[in-house]
Amino acid sequence: MNSRNRVVKDNLFKLFVFLLAALSILPLFLIIFQTVRNGISAINPEFFYKLPKPPGESGGGILNSLVGSFMLVILATAFSVPIGTLTGIFIAEVRNSFTELLRTLVNILQGLPSIVIGILAYLWVVKPMGGFSAISGAVALAVMMLPVIIKTTEETVRLVPFTLREASFSLGATYTKTIIKIILPASARGILSGIIVGTSRIIGETAPLLFTAFGNPFVNLNPMKPTDALPLLIFNYAMSPYEEWHKIAWGASLVLIIVVLGLNLLLKMVGKRWETKF
Amino acid sequence: MKTDRIFRAVLYAGGAFVALLVLLAFLSLCHASWLSLKKFGIKFILSREWDPVNEKFGALPFIVGTFMTSIIALIISLPFSISIALLLGVYLREGFIKKVLTYATDLLAGIPSIIYGFWGLFFLVPLVRKLEMKLGVLPYGVGILTASIVLAIMIVPYTSSIAREVISMVPGDIIEAGFSLGATTREIIFGIILPYARSGIFAGILLAFGRAFGETMAVTMVIGNSNCMPKSIFCPANTMASVIANEFTEATKDIHLSSLIYIGLWLFLFTFAINLLGNLVIKKFRVEVKNE
Repeated sequence: MNSRNRVVKDNLFKLFVFLLAALSILPLFLIIFQTVRNGISAINPEFFYKLPKPPGESGGGILNSLVGSFMLVILATAFSVPIGTLTGIFIAEVRNSFTELLRTLVNILQGLPSIVIGILAYLWVVKPMGGFSAISGAVALAVMMLPVIIKTTEETVRLVPFTLREASFSLGATYTKTIIKIILPASARGILSGIIVGTSRIIGETAPLLFTAFGNPFVNLNPMKPTDALPLLIFNYAMSPYEEWHKIAWGASLVLIIVVLGLNLLLKMVGKRWETKF
Repeated sequence: MKTDRIFRAVLYAGGAFVALLVLLAFLSLCHASWLSLKKFGIKFILSREWDPVNEKFGALPFIVGTFMTSIIALIISLPFSISIALLLGVYLREGFIKKVLTYATDLLAGIPSIIYGFWGLFFLVPLVRKLEMKLGVLPYGVGILTASIVLAIMIVPYTSSIAREVISMVPGDIIEAGFSLGATTREIIFGIILPYARSGIFAGILLAFGRAFGETMAVTMVIGNSNCMPKSIFCPANTMASVIANEFTEATKDIHLSSLIYIGLWLFLFTFAINLLGNLVIKKFRVEVKNE
């Protein structure tokens, strides 16, 4: 009797765990389902090459924010990848109290709320320049991307087998040559996956752009001028009272979700090839 | 070698740059909030009045709002994230469902917060409004509860991934010893796995807390943006992050802007402390497991 009781309890608990786990991914399906349902009707070829229309008129596109997001991501990557890779190699290669401290600082940087990073970019770039600009948004996004790049670089550099390094040294290569010609190429895929993770982290970020990139109803290619971005457009249109704009916002959300899903898939592909390498 | 020395110098320069960045972040926030810091001092976080027109600034309502939303979110999310961790770490060692669940939680972590906010605004807010009408409270729809639910959904992947990691570090031989004594899986979980992984799971909770604490967009869109002291979980309120997002571009007076940055400084300090503690706990856990 007692042992049957225990088995029943065990099964009930198992059922409970399965149920809760299923429930916790339910929102994911709801979000994807509702975004697709509401957003699919907004998407047509025009959506990708036209500018938004004023409220009251249907149609219009999101070209300004697509171009803006693309520019912001490119600039942020250009800022954060060189310095991030360098710091990642540094942390992996040198072991002393400074790198130990640096590792903690990188964790802290990663934990900084995005809105605080927005304030920092405002103080560092917007204020001295005297106005909102794409470049200030890119600086904010670069600060968000930096810890991701540093951590993935560190991890992959650590994974490179020590024998590779010894082989290089035994051939008479200097330390610098070994790092640049052996370690870096061997960890290229890892660094690439870091860039993908970083991109998918910043592509949907809104808070740091609110008072840096600011938004712009027109296509802007000048990094010194305010620019729009996908998440900014979603925020502004979602909070507006106009039905047509909500529809555009759903369409833009769908595009953003597809981009994030695509980056995720890309990461899986890069990651798989990376795993089989050694 | 000369080039080696130069290369090392470049590496150190890169590291120093990142270290300076964090230091500079703190200093810039202090500098820019100086006006407010000088005028209100430490009382800033104890005063309930936030009145930009009369230039009175106190951040207590936002601090309370932030703690309320993140703590309620943690409480809601905990059973779910532990379940996912148990499922992935104990019940399903491999197989299709495990892959789907892992991928789904990855995606849950990857969906941008703006989309959570948008979805919350159009799906959760009406639901909560219905609930509020049933309960007979003012049916705002937006408010602390709605923000907490959105946050709870967002932090599930964080707690569950760390909980899963620490559960997988529980030594297999003590689990097998438990089974060989005839314990059921449930008894193994409550008798061996959870007590063993306790501190690691606590670290996961702390890190998820830090994440919920600073979340901006999803909260801003569903919390109702009211600067009053929250009286119940159904009240519209503001968190530290959401008030900055709302008022920063509209702040015309220097003292207003400075006060908002002062809130940012406190947000920095709070999340700094939470993350530092979380990282320390998990580091200690890893070391303990290694030494056994």
